[in-house]
Amino acid sequence: MTREIERVAGIPVVQIATIVPIMLTVGTNRIVPGIAIPHPTGNPALGPEGDKAVRRELLLRSFKALTTPVTEQTIFEK
Amino acid sequence: MTYRIVHYINQFYAGIGGEEKADHKPELREGFVGPGMQIEKLFNGEGKVVGTVICGDGYYGEHTDQARTECLEMIKGLQPDILFAGPAFNAGRYGFACGDIAATVGEELNIPTVTAMYPENPGVELYSKKTFIAITSDSARGMAKAIPTMVGIGTKLLKGDKMGPARLEGYIHRGIRKSFFHEKSGAERAVEMLLAKLKGESFRTEYEMPVFNKIPPAAPVKDLKTATIALVSSGGIVPKGNPDHIRVSSAESFGSYDISELKNMTPENYESIHGGYDREWANVDPDVVLPLDVMRELEAEGVIGKIHPIFYTTTGTGTAVANSEKFGQEIGEELKKAGVDAAILTST
Repeated sequence: MTREIERVAGIPVVQIATIVPIMLTVGTNRIVPGIAIPHPTGNPALGPEGDKAVRRELLLRSFKALTTPVTEQTIFEK
Repeated sequence: MTYRIVHYINQFYAGIGGEEKADHKPELREGFVGPGMQIEKLFNGEGKVVGTVICGDGYYGEHTDQARTECLEMIKGLQPDILFAGPAFNAGRYGFACGDIAATVGEELNIPTVTAMYPENPGVELYSKKTFIAITSDSARGMAKAIPTMVGIGTKLLKGDKMGPARLEGYIHRGIRKSFFHEKSGAERAVEMLLAKLKGESFRTEYEMPVFNKIPPAAPVKDLKTATIALVSSGGIVPKGNPDHIRVSSAESFGSYDISELKNMTPENYESIHGGYDREWANVDPDVVLPLDVMRELEAEGVIGKIHPIFYTTTGTGTAVANSEKFGQEIGEELKKAGVDAAILTST
């Protein structure tokens, strides 16, 4: 889905998910590793504040991915 | 009975000429021409090549609809029991023509069709599911092996004999799996494979993974502060009650929902219907899968221009690759039309 949106719309798409090898296999170009399979963009164990902080950091990293020129599949680690 | 065989070949194997004759229009000749002689011989009196349809590869490729119609009419007139096409080896346009006429004849006349190609011939990807493609070497040097394989497959199809697995019969896998009882359980077979792998021995998977395409990365967003960013998810986040009945697994549709007035995803307005992960956390706060709350904050802070008013969602468990690609294409079209600059896609 990520790859086809990027191809058809001609826009960068960043995918946030936990199993990085699957994103590499299906052809995602900009990858941000998620926190966990059932909660990729949060960490409820850290309480409401911590959960939001995690989400914020992931989104800022996703923006960095979207504004960074890449020539191949790239994983944006913390 | 004597089977009525029709053979399709190109201008080269008909002895008409090479590339300079590639525009040769469809022509019907009685009996066999070129490699058809060997086909008839291997039928050992049980079959006769009643006609050979010849068409230039360039003509078939450039005037496909016309060539297909003309060839089909000629073949139909011969009332065949089976069609053989090629072998095309690694000739791309010939492979396309062989695959196309074989698939067409199979569908229109409802008779078995067999062609033959090198596995990397582009005709393979297009037609391997619509006809039987015997595996050949990359050049005509493999003719002596190719014809008996084609005839072997064709004979089985004509007589209704049981067709074995592709790798044993010598044709390209048609994507069909047959169920049968194995004397060993799946667990035993899996451990055997693992042990073989650990020892560095060869083993054969029982479930081949699909091959995915890769694309060059799109150019980055130039100015985040003015960019419109869309949110997309395969994490099964839908408006409470799942109004569009998106399936909990093996999704066949996606939903698009207006979130322009929504600041935050809560258990009151959104939920997860995904059948492939523990929904406990997502149903307490859907933002852990679709991060709308913090996106709104970042939008208010001016970090990004704005969030696209429409959010796209489906369930990504057991969903067919072809469906996922189709969803992506349809969502991509809509985002393009709306002038969206980038997308964030979350998956579970």
